[in-house]
Amino acid sequence: MPLRLADLPRRRYGSPGNAACPGCPETMGLRYVKMALGDNVVLVIPAGCSSVIQGIRPKSGINFPILNIVFASAASAASGMSSAFEMLGQDVKVVVWAGDGGTADIGFQALSGAAERNDDIIYICVDNEAYMNTGIQRSGLTPYGAWTTTTWTGKTEPKKPLPFIVLAHNVPYVATATVGYPQDFIEKLRKAATIRGFKYIHLHAPCPVGWRFDPSLTAKIAQLAVQTGAFILFEYENGRFRLSPYSGMYRDPKRRVPLEEYLKLQGRFQTVLKDPQKLEMLRAEIDEMWRWALLLEKGMASPELKK
Amino acid sequence: MSGTAAVVEKPKTYWVAPISYPAPASSGKTGLWRTERPVIHLEKCVKCLYCWLYCPEDTILRREDDYVYVDYDYCKGCGICAAVCPTNAIDMVPEGGES
Amino acid sequence: MVLKALTANHAVAEAAKLARVKVVSAYPITPQTTIVEKLAEMIEKGEMEAKMVRVESEHSALAATLGAAAAGARAFTATSSHGLLYMHEVLWWTSGARVPVVMAVVTRAIGPPWNIHVEHSDVMDQRDTGWIIGVAQENQEAFDLTLQAFRISEDPRVYLPMIVSLDAFILSHTVAPVDVPSQQEVDAWLPSRRQPYVISPETNVVMGNIADDADYYMMRYSINAAMEAAKKVVEEVDEEYGKAFGRRYGGLVECYNCDDADYIMVLMGSWAGDAKKASDLLREKGYRVGVMRVRFVRPWPREVVQEKLSNRKGVIVFDRSISFGSAGQLFTDVAASLYGSTSIRGVVAGLGGVDVRPEDFMNEVTDFVSHVEEFGRVYEPLRWHLPPKYAKSLAEEVSA
Ligand SMILES: Cc1ncc(C[n+]2csc(CCOP(=O)(O)OP(=O)(O)O)c2C)c(N)n1
Ligand code: SF4
Ligand code: SF4
Ligand code: SF4
Ligand SMILES: [Mg+2]
Repeated sequence: MPLRLADLPRRRYGSPGNAACPGCPETMGLRYVKMALGDNVVLVIPAGCSSVIQGIRPKSGINFPILNIVFASAASAASGMSSAFEMLGQDVKVVVWAGDGGTADIGFQALSGAAERNDDIIYICVDNEAYMNTGIQRSGLTPYGAWTTTTWTGKTEPKKPLPFIVLAHNVPYVATATVGYPQDFIEKLRKAATIRGFKYIHLHAPCPVGWRFDPSLTAKIAQLAVQTGAFILFEYENGRFRLSPYSGMYRDPKRRVPLEEYLKLQGRFQTVLKDPQKLEMLRAEIDEMWRWALLLEKGMASPELKK
Repeated sequence: MSGTAAVVEKPKTYWVAPISYPAPASSGKTGLWRTERPVIHLEKCVKCLYCWLYCPEDTILRREDDYVYVDYDYCKGCGICAAVCPTNAIDMVPEGGES
Repeated sequence: MVLKALTANHAVAEAAKLARVKVVSAYPITPQTTIVEKLAEMIEKGEMEAKMVRVESEHSALAATLGAAAAGARAFTATSSHGLLYMHEVLWWTSGARVPVVMAVVTRAIGPPWNIHVEHSDVMDQRDTGWIIGVAQENQEAFDLTLQAFRISEDPRVYLPMIVSLDAFILSHTVAPVDVPSQQEVDAWLPSRRQPYVISPETNVVMGNIADDADYYMMRYSINAAMEAAKKVVEEVDEEYGKAFGRRYGGLVECYNCDDADYIMVLMGSWAGDAKKASDLLREKGYRVGVMRVRFVRPWPREVVQEKLSNRKGVIVFDRSISFGSAGQLFTDVAASLYGSTSIRGVVAGLGGVDVRPEDFMNEVTDFVSHVEEFGRVYEPLRWHLPPKYAKSLAEEVSA
């Protein structure tokens, strides 16, 4: 059932006057979580921009009850909360909202543990492709060639294929989404909320500060990431893999918007744009993601293994 | 006794709570950060609500008839609303200039 | 009440069950492992109505325990040594959150080299984290202290997490008779869980976002105020527990043979039993020696220590841990409390589980006594009670 915006109730989903930079994809994404899941939610947030975005006590600029937690253990804290609500007979959705660093790097062990145990939580990785909160350092999810303050001449390794790694845990639900297509993200969240067990949603979140673009372009760049094939939208549900409609039409590389259209709007890719070899490496990283996606689409996943 | 949540009881020693509640203005009136303000021309507005959907701050508000307006107290002036408007109904106007 | 033959680890697990813990999250490490195993068994057999989060690390174990507790469930974890050090960050987070939580720490040496035997360095390393730290001498006390820990930690004057410390192997894996009360008796004694806030959709509470510096400072002040208040709570709980179950331990410290003592040994944990024996034997030889067993490292029982130790001829502190470059941690706390009012010596002994027998305590005490008698006022922070294998060679090296 496609989502009609006018059907969403008139109410505040976010919490204005927060500490996020103008054009922040994390505050955008948090509004969509509220639109999708409503009020019966507790967030668990490890260190990252979203811990700062809340602003200063005794107010909080994120419109949810929150357990802020140390950087490495968001998934585990969520597992504990979810277990408690279960034991107390309360039906509450426990949602992790963690950055790419808090998910793919320092929090990876906890993430993998919670996925393997199939704990009943929704884990959202808000992927702005670097450690933004500490001032734009590279993470395992920074793409090849991107400038950060720890990769001045561009990152020399490709982006970790995290959604596929989580998928390999054979959890009931894995999806990718983007702040560029909120309705798609909202629908995926709503579906995740109906499934018991471990749900993972990887949210692409272009950050104007870290990626060096004008704050008015957050949504546009997020959409371009999909249209150029740089970010792939898909769903993996009970052993079945499916490209989401927005990415389905870019299966054929010839139909994609040229990658340069995406890169040239961002300051962080300037060295890539000047160096054909680097551009090829970045393309190879993206091709590899597509290879994974198309392989899975052909039915590599074994439904018998599902949890 | 089992299956019941804890009783919340006030602390009996000196207490400054490490807790907050969601509320506007946790970082003050962020409208002051703005260098440009979005100005909506309702005559061009087709009520698609994209500006409302994409505004990171929740500072595009919907009237009963779904025409939109801006909460200038908190709007940070990012310009996303103007960028996503399909009819160019929103202009970004320098602050301190004409209204 | 039934008398059961239990290791201290199983006694602790039994106490967690009787406290009606709802969520357990822990990760195996020797010598704590049999606590996790027992709890898993009791939960799987349906003897305990709880959920076990079988995490992939100790960092996660405490994070999950905190998450469950913040949501309003009584929660429990246990660890040792490297596991405790791995958790260290989350210990601070838990006390800062002011969420009551109970954790058993089976004290063990820290590598390298690997060593699984008793030493207090792991738990002493947590003194500054804002956790209440109680230390058991025997299996029965490990059981009693675990039950009491829920009452102390969840008291509205306190609202701080608490560690119950018990020694590796000597307690954790040694069977001894433990008086185990019935579920009804425990239910009657232990009130249902109280905490300062719960995080849920209903309460809309946000824990831990940025506070202004002055508020942050006062939160630290309030943790310390709660620690101070905990001193009274510990005494009260000890007394009420005594009324209900017939066992009292003396609150923050236990004094043995102290009343007329000229010299007092200060120490904590299982070896206090050997020190007490040494005190009896020394008395037979005409030395008036007593033992002060520290039951709570935090809050530090400054007042009792001052009251009980100030007017003695000498105080000798035995630490089973060391702060390298300083001295034993108990020594530094005792010495700071006494501010030079009596002769004092610190002895570091028994590291890595090296056996310390009543004779060793006796030799250390008689040496100290002759020293005090010869020199008058003595202040000696660090004396090494070397293992027998090394004692002679090092003495030769020094005299050469
Ligand atoms: C144990 C630990 N190490 C380092 C930090 C410092 N730190 C805080 S946030 C952060 C980066 C966060 O990056 P990410 O998870 O991608 O979130 P973002 O800020 O980009 O939203 C780092 C390194 C910390 N808080 N804790
Ligand atoms: S750095 Fe980026 S992700 Fe972080 S608050 Fe600013 S805009 Fe948002
Ligand atoms: S300028 Fe930005 S913050 Fe202001 S209303 Fe438009 S989208 Fe929202
Ligand atoms: S995006 Fe433009 S047309 Fe659509 S509701 Fe906003 S102002 Fe109106
Ligand atoms: Mg990031």
